[in-house]
Amino acid sequence: MNGTAIKPRIERIPLKEQFFQKLPVLLVPLLAVVGLVAIGDPASWLTLTVAGLAMGMMVFIMASGLTVVFGLMDVINFGHGAFVAVGAFVGFTVLAWLAGWTASPSVMLNLAAVLIAILAAMVVTGLLGIAFERVIVMPVYGEHLKQILVTMGGLIVAQQMIYVVWGPDELHLSRPEAFQGALVIGEAAIEKYRLVAVGVGLALFLAMRHVLKYTKVGLLVRAGVENGEMVEALGYRIRRLFLIVFMTGSALAGLGGVMWGLYQETITAHMGSDIMVPVFIVVIIGGLGSVEGCFIGAMLVGLLANYTAFLAPKVALVSTIALMVVILMWRPQGLYPVVKAK
Amino acid sequence: MLTRLLSGDTPRSSLLTALLLIILISLAFAPFLFPGTKSVETAARICIFIVLVASYDLLLGYTGIVSFAHTMFFGIGAYGTALALSTTGPGYGALIWGMAAGAGVAALFALAIGLFSLRVKAIFFAMVTLAVASAFAVLVSQLSWLTGGEDGLNYKIPRELTPAFKLIDEKIFDVRINGKLLAYYLVFFVSVMLFLVMLRIVNSPFGRTLKAVRDNAFRAEAIGYRVVWYRTTATVLSAVMAALAGSLLAIWLRYTGPATTLSLEIMIDILLMVVIGGMGTLYGAVLGATLFILAQTYLQDLMGAASEATSAVPLVSMLVAPERWLLWLGILFILSVYFFPTGIVGRLRAGRG
Repeated sequence: MNGTAIKPRIERIPLKEQFFQKLPVLLVPLLAVVGLVAIGDPASWLTLTVAGLAMGMMVFIMASGLTVVFGLMDVINFGHGAFVAVGAFVGFTVLAWLAGWTASPSVMLNLAAVLIAILAAMVVTGLLGIAFERVIVMPVYGEHLKQILVTMGGLIVAQQMIYVVWGPDELHLSRPEAFQGALVIGEAAIEKYRLVAVGVGLALFLAMRHVLKYTKVGLLVRAGVENGEMVEALGYRIRRLFLIVFMTGSALAGLGGVMWGLYQETITAHMGSDIMVPVFIVVIIGGLGSVEGCFIGAMLVGLLANYTAFLAPKVALVSTIALMVVILMWRPQGLYPVVKAK
Repeated sequence: MLTRLLSGDTPRSSLLTALLLIILISLAFAPFLFPGTKSVETAARICIFIVLVASYDLLLGYTGIVSFAHTMFFGIGAYGTALALSTTGPGYGALIWGMAAGAGVAALFALAIGLFSLRVKAIFFAMVTLAVASAFAVLVSQLSWLTGGEDGLNYKIPRELTPAFKLIDEKIFDVRINGKLLAYYLVFFVSVMLFLVMLRIVNSPFGRTLKAVRDNAFRAEAIGYRVVWYRTTATVLSAVMAALAGSLLAIWLRYTGPATTLSLEIMIDILLMVVIGGMGTLYGAVLGATLFILAQTYLQDLMGAASEATSAVPLVSMLVAPERWLLWLGILFILSVYFFPTGIVGRLRAGRG
């Protein structure tokens, strides 16, 4: 070796462009500051902000699976909401079995019960995801129109099956002792459960980022998003990757379902389709296929929904749609458009 | 003459022709053939939904656009008429300007949505319209000072269209000739007219261009058609048709509420009707809507019987409970997307050889 080996040259992106690319990150603090100015009262602002972040995190949990599935597989699953609902109902069943644990004042027992419920929900929805992919989605890869129709059909069937298994009434899902009530910081009351939701969402986001950025599976997923054929040509079985990602996405929907059910404290079979609207908005705002964009979008939607619900309740109903419109005018492919070779 | 009326788009299958004739005759003479309130209600519903489903097929089947905002336009039409009638009282003037206003507002909304998001991918558009439509539904149910909220609006329609108005005293074939009958025929004839108009649209050069856009937007653009213009126009036309169907429903029911016009269930029903009947052919809308509404009305009774018969078997009786009829339709829906992507009509036409 003569020392003249060609080193790969990585082009540095000019600072200005880097800043422009990162710009969406600043939207969340910006919105928070605008909220503070508009609301005026720091205590209620803090309460609303935590509530907004908690809602955003839960929406993120549900949306992240959807967006990764879209990014990798080019499949949008309109039946995603069904997984959310199934997750919530499985969680409900498990928590009902463990009623002794949830009612006890011991934090450990409470946590254990919730963890078991979440695990059960994720396992069930993950398995359901596999079945869904194999039976319903597999024959229609690459055909968007049919995907939309078929997954919509899957949603109907899943919802009806929930009625068959759990009955048509809405169920009450009570939070464990430790998560009930609120902490009072200064004058602001912050519900404990919201803090838990923020923690879980943040942890999930960091974990997903880590997996996608620093592990081999993540590398393959990212490469698959860019150019699936190339990954396949390199000898990786992209079908299996699809299946793993679909399963994970569905399991995340199940996790989101339990969290959302505990937040709302009532669960219905159509809760999945109700929550799908903010989920879709978040996915669109973020840019289909982007986890970071999805995260920022979820925060924005959560904060905006809570601020406007406080300031102008009637406006709140359309505020997130307005947000979506504004963002799409600014960046038509969402905040972080995923570059697709396809 | 007949071919001209159908704009040259004949059913092209003897079985299909027979089915369509049966449906047409049954609907035309429904009050006499099937006396009773329930059957006439069902017939009117079928007429209205044929228009609604056909207008959706204009989008989905002919242009390849998946929109979930169709009930929004249906609702705008219904609320337009309802508001006009409830604010200015029952009169034909109010009826007509309510219909016109509903159609106009629907057209404007469709134009906005179309220009805004038709440049994007199918999936994107589907999600955007779903979000917009559900926001609209929530808004309508919240603005109770205007729309009556969840309770909806009850109002009076011109007296000549109500059961209280008697045309002649004697019954003909045991049927009272009253305003309700007139209202039914108003719904029927307007529906037939709208359907023929849509048939004209899809068989015009414009309709053919829509199919070209659906099959290959890229090539259509390359030949020189402005794809966005065609898609937007198709969206607006279908929105106007849906709004008119909504007005018919408002006149027929004398009630307008979110549950009857705006709910996601109705959107899903429309989707099912289009796919089962056959996308890309308006006759599919006729068959789809008729079958679906008949199933909705009468299958439940049948399933109730099945449920009672199997009441000893725990899970099966739950599965065939009358409330679960949608489960079976959902399964049928998925299967039909796979195995009969062209729906009943496509099958019948292909079967002719």
